[in-house]
Amino acid sequence: MDSTVTTGSEENVWGGGNRPLNASYGKLMMWFFLVSDALTFSGFLASYGFSRFKFIETWPIADEVFTHVPFFHGNYPMIYVAFMTFILIMSSVTMVLAVDAGHRMKKNAVIWYMFLTIIGGAIFVGSQAWEWATFIKGDFGALETKGGRVLQFVNADTGERAALADFSKTITDERVDHEKKNGVWYYEETALPSFSLNEVIEGVKANSNIVIRTEQINEEGEKTVLSREESLKKLNDATSVVEGANLIRNEYGSRLFADFFFFITGFHGFHVFSGVVINIIIFFNVILGTYERRGHYEMVEKVGLYWHFVDLVWVFVFTFFYLV
Amino acid sequence: MAHEHKLEIFRGLLKFKSNTQKIWGVLIFLTIVTAIEVALGIIKPEFLLKSTPLGMKALNWIFIILTLVKAYYIAWDFMHLRDERSALRRAIVWTPIFLVAYLVFILLFEADYVYNVYKDGFVTWNF
Repeated sequence: MDSTVTTGSEENVWGGGNRPLNASYGKLMMWFFLVSDALTFSGFLASYGFSRFKFIETWPIADEVFTHVPFFHGNYPMIYVAFMTFILIMSSVTMVLAVDAGHRMKKNAVIWYMFLTIIGGAIFVGSQAWEWATFIKGDFGALETKGGRVLQFVNADTGERAALADFSKTITDERVDHEKKNGVWYYEETALPSFSLNEVIEGVKANSNIVIRTEQINEEGEKTVLSREESLKKLNDATSVVEGANLIRNEYGSRLFADFFFFITGFHGFHVFSGVVINIIIFFNVILGTYERRGHYEMVEKVGLYWHFVDLVWVFVFTFFYLV
Repeated sequence: MAHEHKLEIFRGLLKFKSNTQKIWGVLIFLTIVTAIEVALGIIKPEFLLKSTPLGMKALNWIFIILTLVKAYYIAWDFMHLRDERSALRRAIVWTPIFLVAYLVFILLFEADYVYNVYKDGFVTWNF
């Protein structure tokens, strides 16, 4: 830089070295990336909104889907996601404290705050993995109709959801999973559900207190429960048993719901994961004294921006997936 | 590197003595907002579900507004946008807001149209 010759009059505007935004190159590029990444996430969330508005009267109700808390039995809608949100905000706070300590050149404080941030991120990713596992495993099970709509079951006496295992009949001559150990002529097949369609239908017929709950949301904002007669009639439409969720079908309702859930929370979880990895790299750099020698901790600030962005995105995902 | 921090939030209503204090203050505020959201999500007050300003439940409007409030404080105080030059801040904030508002407007209108096509029975989908 010193070799650049500038005349006095050019120095102010055209002579180079001006920083009109008062931010370093690296920081500007980080912001560039974050803005484009924000647009990517917005695209996902907007297409989620598109699909949801398309099926506005039949979309699954998040409170009824995400009801579990690890180590506790029972129905606790929202509680665990709220905990996850809090963990992520908390790790954002420790990150911003690390940045603040970096500005004041306090190496040990930066190390500790970075460490706490990494722990928070790891807890969040772990929670999300657990959330996915619970979602994939499913709760009650349901039937699917020809049109790909889902029929769930309710106990008419209590109004509670009824699991397939509670009422299905066991019919012994039904076919079982053909596994490799059972024969040479083994072809891969997808796993059979725990109950066959026939077993579920016979089970409904045998238990007079089981009725069907359709996807339709009524004026009270609840899913419509059919009468016993309507339920028996509706059974004729069923074509298969669904338990849990995958990318093709899910027991919670609209197929797109699970697709978007996997896609958006998965993409966000990938961001959190890579954020944790980058944080770990910076963490070791801080321990090694790289930034102490460099004279400033701007690198911590830059990964901090990425980390806060991940938190920012989660705030939106939380609202549009779990609250609205 | 000397860094200037603006230590006021809520348009100067609340002033903090140090940057660290401000961070904790913002955390408390964000936690309160999240707690309100979760509480509303669990209770679902009847009157907020019944009224539908601009075609959406009042409760959902509250959620979206509270989300934007949270996003504002994360960006302004955690990501230090408050301390950046206004030109940088505006470039970062208004570009996505404009594009996202445009995209959401188009997609949601189109989705509502598709919904009506389905509802009026031009396409059989619920069988």
